[in-house]
Amino acid sequence: MRLRSTLTVSFRALRRNVLRSLLTALGIIVGVGAVIAMVSIGSGAKSMVEAQIASLGENVLLVFSGSFNQGGARSGAFGAGTLTVEDAEAIKREVITVVGVSPEVRTSAQILANGLNWTTQILGEGADYVTIRAWPLSDGAMFSDADVRSVGKVCVIGQTIATQLFPEGNVVGQTLRIKAQPFKVVGVLAAKGLSVQGQDQDDLVIVPYTSAMRRVSKQTMLRSISIQASSPETMTLAQNDIIALLRQRHRTAEGSDDFTVRSQVEIAQAATATADTMTGLLGAVAGVSLIVGGIGIMNIMLVSVTERTREIGIRLAVGAHGREIQLQFLTESIVLSALGGSVGILAGIGVSELVSQLKGWPTLVSPVAVVVAFFFSAAVGMIFGYYPARKASLLDPIDALRYE
Amino acid sequence: MAAVVKLEDIHRIYDSGEVKVHAVRGVNLELHKGEFMAVMGASGSGKSTLMNTLGCLDRPTSGRYLLDGVDIAGLDRNELADLRNEKLGFVFQGFNLLSRTTALENVELPMLYGRRRVSSHDMQARAEHCLEIVGLAARADHFPSQLSGGQQQRVAIARALVNHPQVLLADEPTGNLDSKTAVEVMGVFQKLNDQGITIVMVTHELDIARYCRRNLIMRDGRVVSDVQVTDRLIAEVELRKLHEAEAAAKLTA
Repeated sequence: MRLRSTLTVSFRALRRNVLRSLLTALGIIVGVGAVIAMVSIGSGAKSMVEAQIASLGENVLLVFSGSFNQGGARSGAFGAGTLTVEDAEAIKREVITVVGVSPEVRTSAQILANGLNWTTQILGEGADYVTIRAWPLSDGAMFSDADVRSVGKVCVIGQTIATQLFPEGNVVGQTLRIKAQPFKVVGVLAAKGLSVQGQDQDDLVIVPYTSAMRRVSKQTMLRSISIQASSPETMTLAQNDIIALLRQRHRTAEGSDDFTVRSQVEIAQAATATADTMTGLLGAVAGVSLIVGGIGIMNIMLVSVTERTREIGIRLAVGAHGREIQLQFLTESIVLSALGGSVGILAGIGVSELVSQLKGWPTLVSPVAVVVAFFFSAAVGMIFGYYPARKASLLDPIDALRYE
Repeated sequence: MAAVVKLEDIHRIYDSGEVKVHAVRGVNLELHKGEFMAVMGASGSGKSTLMNTLGCLDRPTSGRYLLDGVDIAGLDRNELADLRNEKLGFVFQGFNLLSRTTALENVELPMLYGRRRVSSHDMQARAEHCLEIVGLAARADHFPSQLSGGQQQRVAIARALVNHPQVLLADEPTGNLDSKTAVEVMGVFQKLNDQGITIVMVTHELDIARYCRRNLIMRDGRVVSDVQVTDRLIAEVELRKLHEAEAAAKLTA
């Protein structure tokens, strides 16, 4: 069939000037490569953030002081402190869809043990904390409600603290000093590794919030309250009930709240929204470069048609149909852009792998993105190659043969 | 025997809006198989237009053109292309070979556009055969830039032959060649004509026209003379004379 010879003719024509073909395809290569790389890196980063958020626990709601006004700016968040322990107790008592509540205060201090010292973050939490956060312990157990009530001098430490202060092991039962007070270690948390922001999540000590507020940092207000709802279905109900309860207690109304209640899902959405915008923006930029690449192809094909006017005349003279000339040039531009797209896909995967190696972010190369990118680049070749191909097919053989 | 080419009262008027050019004014012509015709005339005489008409590259404004018995008036652009592919062979003054393509691939070109599919093996065989006829079988894999003018023109002739055409049309085929190479190329044409191929050639050189069998002279769009060549030159003979002259010059110089 004449289709096969058209492909042969097109490949021969492209082969005749490899450098030019390569330079023309460069726009497509860069465009497709950029799209693939951006989307892969973006997906990887997003999945990592989502995993981080998921590791917050299950069905988690967070209440913290301060509010977000319309523009999204925060006023008095965490700092001013309007949440009280009584608020937390009221939530536990009155909101039936809540199964766990942990009031939180934070400070940082130097801790000492075995003649070693370490400056770390001290979290004051309730006994429900590890359950809410779905954070298992590798050794020992979490302190109890009784410890909280009795302002007990007990603590649970992260893996980093265990390694730093108790290198010989046998951690549970040992004592460490916070602000010159001895705290007995009752449990060691399982390792969690680095957060998305690069912080060591195992570098912390958890004490009962009562002890933190009275013995360690002398705070009266809570930084935040972690709450666990009974199930994913009851989360919205729980959120609404908590807001209503706190409004009643704080005597505030919508728009003038001095606190914020966020669900895990909302936090995840906020975190990934930025990533999504960035990915979308980068994808759009890459898309623009793809269009520019297409224009580059159209430009070169037009030049090519003009340059090869004589050649087109010869082909018409020896019996080529106008349609075949059109098909030849269209095939050339599609082959050019499809090959460029393939190289671009490989380059994009390579770049995202490189980033993943260097930065430690995971990258997800979506097979859908690859297939779409390939067909899109072929389509670019078809669209931008159409006009030059049509122009070639309409040449008059006599004029074409006379062309200098 | 029916004529291969029959032109009946052919007129061609170019109407570019401002000026009407009556390039061909009533040409009647019959060409039989095995003829070897030269068309001569000054520039503007209409000989190029006549060739374009014969080559089915241009349609006459009025009159009939029958090629191998087929009236081209009823054919559309694509059918004319097929006719060119199957019945005609073109040789141009500027050779018009594809530059970054081997001689063999150049000769194969008309077969790529043929209506009937030819296997790549057969294509190569036919192309090699035509290159042999013109004496260039050894240079099948050369590029045009590696060939002399005369060799390039011979490749073009091989290309024109590859689909076994009824008529070979040559437009100033020796125009870009030196006198000795021109005679060599005329020798190829004469050899082909002796084997029965019909040839029509446009030339403005009287010497070259003497290698043909029939001379047509055109002026102002009309045929003013149509005679058989009496003192015909034979290429082989002329080449031998040239060779002897060269040898003599070397002996005395």
